[in-house]
Amino acid sequence: MMQCPKCGAPMRTYNRNGVQIEQCDNCRGIFLDYGELESITRLEAQWTQSAPPPPGPQAPQAYPAGPAWGAPHQGQHGHGSHGHGHHGHGHRGGHHDRRGFGRMLFSS
Amino acid sequence: MALPDTPARSTALHRALGELAGGPEGCHGEVLAERADGVVVRVGDRVAKAHAPNADAGPLDVRLRVAAAGGYRGVLLPPASDGGTVPLSNGRVASVWPYGTPVDPGDAAAAPWEEAGALLARLHTAPLPPATQLPGPLPPMRGPTKAARALARMRSAPQGSHAAAADVVERAWAVLPPWCRDEEPPPEARTLCHGDFHLGQLVRYPRPDGPWQLIDVDDLGLGDPAWDLARPAAWYAAGMLPTAEWQRFLGAYARTVRAALPARTARTARTDGVPHCLAGPDPWRYLDAPARALTVQGAALGVAKARTEGRSLDEAEEACVAACARIAALFERAELPTPQGS
Repeated sequence: MMQCPKCGAPMRTYNRNGVQIEQCDNCRGIFLDYGELESITRLEAQWTQSAPPPPGPQAPQAYPAGPAWGAPHQGQHGHGSHGHGHHGHGHRGGHHDRRGFGRMLFSS
Repeated sequence: MALPDTPARSTALHRALGELAGGPEGCHGEVLAERADGVVVRVGDRVAKAHAPNADAGPLDVRLRVAAAGGYRGVLLPPASDGGTVPLSNGRVASVWPYGTPVDPGDAAAAPWEEAGALLARLHTAPLPPATQLPGPLPPMRGPTKAARALARMRSAPQGSHAAAADVVERAWAVLPPWCRDEEPPPEARTLCHGDFHLGQLVRYPRPDGPWQLIDVDDLGLGDPAWDLARPAAWYAAGMLPTAEWQRFLGAYARTVRAALPARTARTARTDGVPHCLAGPDPWRYLDAPARALTVQGAALGVAKARTEGRSLDEAEEACVAACARIAALFERAELPTPQGS
């Protein structure tokens, strides 16, 4: 295990899109190996290029329909039923109205 | 946060509210709500509300005056009298309102999502009432304050049970931006917000089928309008609100904002503030942090109540706790190195 060159605490390895990153458990400092910064820059450029053109109201699918921390069933990766003609078909985990939910929708 | 009134004093409070609502002396009407932060009693067409024991009359009077302002007619239900709050003998302040028909709690599917979205959009886009017409400055919206209180309530509830749930709630709370934890002023506070929107905050008035309007101005004030959309957003993200309902709500909000702020260019959109951004193509950029805060709030209150009542978490509370776990996992990993200033 690597030790942080700044504070000496152990560093943990994370893999982000194929790039190995060491982060210090103590000071949260990040260590990049030779070439890793370039890899990140390249990934960033690909991301920018593959990103859609500035959106008009016609292209809402380009944006997430929900947060990354959303429940798995709610289609947060652009599968939300956007646009016309798709209304009324929510993706739900369960098919029945769940009792506890009703109560929370009506309270602070 | 226990109710400070003993049952006997509570009855005296009910009687005082019943009389305030127009009932005969000694009548205490129908108790519609009995919570630490508000007691509501109905007599006929009116309700009287005793506000939270620690509520300041000053900001509350401003909030009542806002509800009475012509610019919010059809959006906020105006009070039955516009003389502001009424002091009660126990030191609390009360106010009197018309009684409207609420959303049927047994039928959340019938909830007026379009009307709710449109009402919040109208609230967020109406010009602010002139300061000269208000008895004091517009107070801040109290959403983040209530989120922080929910955490405090969880921490002071009997410990022991639900330790794992309490732990993920704390971890999700810790990775929120400071303004969502009420530790800093919000970066955006030019918009009048309701501050505590949920389905219990909508009534039809006049009864039984008048237009839907927003009630309960106790938390109303200047803040980030994303907070008002963030509770349905949190329910949607937790899997409690079906996609269709969420989109009816958000879609109506966006359409109403665009209609209220027409013909803006991309350049001026910035100056139109957050309502316009929420009506744009990427609302989650603005909703994310407040929706996380309200998820944490829901989970914290659930843990607090379950601990106090010695019960297990219900399905909705479990869904919020599960969302907290996903938030903690995602944001703790993504946390950037803290700047090393020293």
